[in-house]
Amino acid sequence: MAEKSGADILVQCLVDLGVEVVFGYPGGAVLPIYDALYNHPTIKHVLVRHEQGATHMAEGYARSTGKPGVVLVTSGPGATNAVTGITDALMDSIPMVVITGQVPTQLIGTDAFQEADTIGITRHCSKHNYLVKTPGKLAEVIHEAFHIATTGRPGPVVVDIPKNVQIATAPYARPELKVHASYRPQTKADAAGIESAVEMLAAAERPVFYTGGGVINSGPQASALLRELVALTGAPVTSTLMGLGAYPASGDAWLGMLGMHGTYEANWAMNQADLILCVGARFDDRVTGRLDAFAPNSRKIHIDIDRSSINKIVDVDVAIVADVGSALDDIIALWKQRNHQKADLTEWWSRIAGWRARKSLDYAESGTEIMPQRAIADLYSATKATGKDVIITTEVGQHQMWAAQHFGFDAPNKWLTSGGLGTMGYGFPAAIGAQMGNPDSIAICIAGDASVQMNIQELGTATQYRLPVKLFILNNEYMGMVRQWQELTYESRYSNSYSDSLPDFVKLGEAYGWTGIRIEEPKDLEAGIRRMLETDGPVIVDCRVARMSNCFPMIPSGAAHTEMLLDPSQVEGVMSDEAKALV
Amino acid sequence: MHIQEELSQRHVLSLTVSNEAGILARIAGLFTARGYNIDSLTVADITQDHGVSRITIVTNGPPKVIDQIIAQLDRLVPVHKVTDLTEAGPFVERELALVKVAGVGEDRIEALRLADVFRAKVVDTTIESFIFEITGTTDKIDNFVGLMRQIGLVEVGRTGVVGLIRGKEAN
Ligand SMILES: Cc1ncc(C[n+]2csc(CCOP(=O)(O)OP(=O)(O)O)c2C)c(N)n1
Ligand SMILES: [Mg+2]
Repeated sequence: MAEKSGADILVQCLVDLGVEVVFGYPGGAVLPIYDALYNHPTIKHVLVRHEQGATHMAEGYARSTGKPGVVLVTSGPGATNAVTGITDALMDSIPMVVITGQVPTQLIGTDAFQEADTIGITRHCSKHNYLVKTPGKLAEVIHEAFHIATTGRPGPVVVDIPKNVQIATAPYARPELKVHASYRPQTKADAAGIESAVEMLAAAERPVFYTGGGVINSGPQASALLRELVALTGAPVTSTLMGLGAYPASGDAWLGMLGMHGTYEANWAMNQADLILCVGARFDDRVTGRLDAFAPNSRKIHIDIDRSSINKIVDVDVAIVADVGSALDDIIALWKQRNHQKADLTEWWSRIAGWRARKSLDYAESGTEIMPQRAIADLYSATKATGKDVIITTEVGQHQMWAAQHFGFDAPNKWLTSGGLGTMGYGFPAAIGAQMGNPDSIAICIAGDASVQMNIQELGTATQYRLPVKLFILNNEYMGMVRQWQELTYESRYSNSYSDSLPDFVKLGEAYGWTGIRIEEPKDLEAGIRRMLETDGPVIVDCRVARMSNCFPMIPSGAAHTEMLLDPSQVEGVMSDEAKALV
Repeated sequence: MHIQEELSQRHVLSLTVSNEAGILARIAGLFTARGYNIDSLTVADITQDHGVSRITIVTNGPPKVIDQIIAQLDRLVPVHKVTDLTEAGPFVERELALVKVAGVGEDRIEALRLADVFRAKVVDTTIESFIFEITGTTDKIDNFVGLMRQIGLVEVGRTGVVGLIRGKEAN
């Protein structure tokens, strides 16, 4: 059998696995791999400016295409810089394979130059990780790593490859997929759970679908099945931040997002429901609010591919461990087979209409300042008018919540945001990754003035690869979300939440060869957005918005769904220690 | 504000795992990362080809937490099977301890007498000391060590618990 070097084996595996793009940054411990990638005919390498950027680009690429994102970084600082993105991918179940260089095997453990215990550091922030000590094992490991990253509950897998293993040779033949005998994610539901779910759905008087990122992860087919089941049952749908787009925002049954910054109707429907069908969501604290007051009179069905998500926070009546798409398919088949008809939910819908009438997402226009909500709403209508495919990413903060509230998503994989980890610095690189995977789409990052600075160096990456990303900054000169909590919890003592010494974003963009646009007044908003969309190439927009706006509705920490604040007049400005202690 | 603690129950978990580098760190780290308790943990290779190890963990927590611990362990790629022996039915659990006791005269005789009651073996002796080997449940060993403390306990080494389900089936 012909021998290949570890680096060549790795690259051959990537080709065989269909990898087209690698986001990475070179260094001593990955030079052999970089040499194997030199002028590679099929694998495109995107050179980032910071390894964290590479990880979020890979996430954006993965979330928007459904394919795993691939990252290549060097040992030591390269690997430690990747840790935030690896953790982010773990929390949001994003399929990603991270290849890290390592010092040669004989130097491991000696505090060698640029040695870090990458396996130790990433052990609990990856789905799985490997140190490959011989080139003969490499092919098997790479194939298994991709399999683990993309199946079951997806997640990041780290493969640490010492430099001598990249150079040493071993006989190579394309490996059979050999997976740990112990790795067998359950994808098909047990019949009993499906049967209970169908009968409970048919009998429910006040049902609600509570959907999450699992629907997106399961693939576009799962979103289609969700829409079908919603139509069959006539029940309303709400979603977590991660699940937006699985059910269309323009659909009749759509209640809007639920949780801390969810709509009045979504949260009240959850509170008053007699049946909650949780589909690929995980009862996060941002969703449930105070646990003992969460959906108190409901029975609950939970579909999740990860058994450990079930009964972790909220006890459920029916547990269905399965891939969401497969479980929905089974439920629909049995529903039809039993000839169930849509129940009469008129009364339930009329109560929902009452809650909807509160128009909880309304806000007061200021006249002189651009309201951030207005900026998002205008961005939404302007992008819709282009008729093109639009992918939105966000940073973390108020702008993220406003985007979730005021931008309508009608399809899955178009909304990329850091939900679980809440990573400032995610959105901009994620948009670059999404643009890379979807060259014909408009990729827009809705950013905050503070978050965008966390990976602002990636301006250069977009320039280098001619990626026409749009960076739309809602500049309120504050870490708005922090300031909002300080206003609500600490009597407006704005400790370190003012964005002092902001750069001139227009000039900054121009320095990198971007087009820069500043929008300062409400009357310029529409034209500014239009110009951004009509400009070829990357555009940075410094959209100056009302500085002191707060994001409502809001369920204060420790409060129940029924205790939402709808507008600033309901804010007390002080909070108990118990409430303050909650995240 | 004060932090409330929940009531805990003791559970013995038995895991079979692929015998590979880092597996112990993965499991021990999961316990620390998620704030679970480990009272004892034992691990040893149990197959002829050295492919699989058994790990026995004694933990404690409220029922819901125990359930989570099992689900979280089960999710780790190299973990084959997790059995909660405490729930799975009658099981045998044993621990081995080496107990060093020093003393002369009447204390020495009393130590031997107690060792006999507990069926502990003398595995080392000097004029002024014994090392006893004792196997049994955690409780039994605790009792023995407690009594020896009154006589002249020097030090103790314990293996932690191993356990198996009763009956002819493998679990
Ligand atoms: C890496 C990181 N550090 C700190 C935080 C805490 N945090 C959450 S939102 C926020 C402020 C974000 O400010 P900005 O990007 O301007 O968005 P705005 O809330 O003003 O819309 C901070 C500091 C975080 N989420 N991520
Ligand atoms: Mg801001």
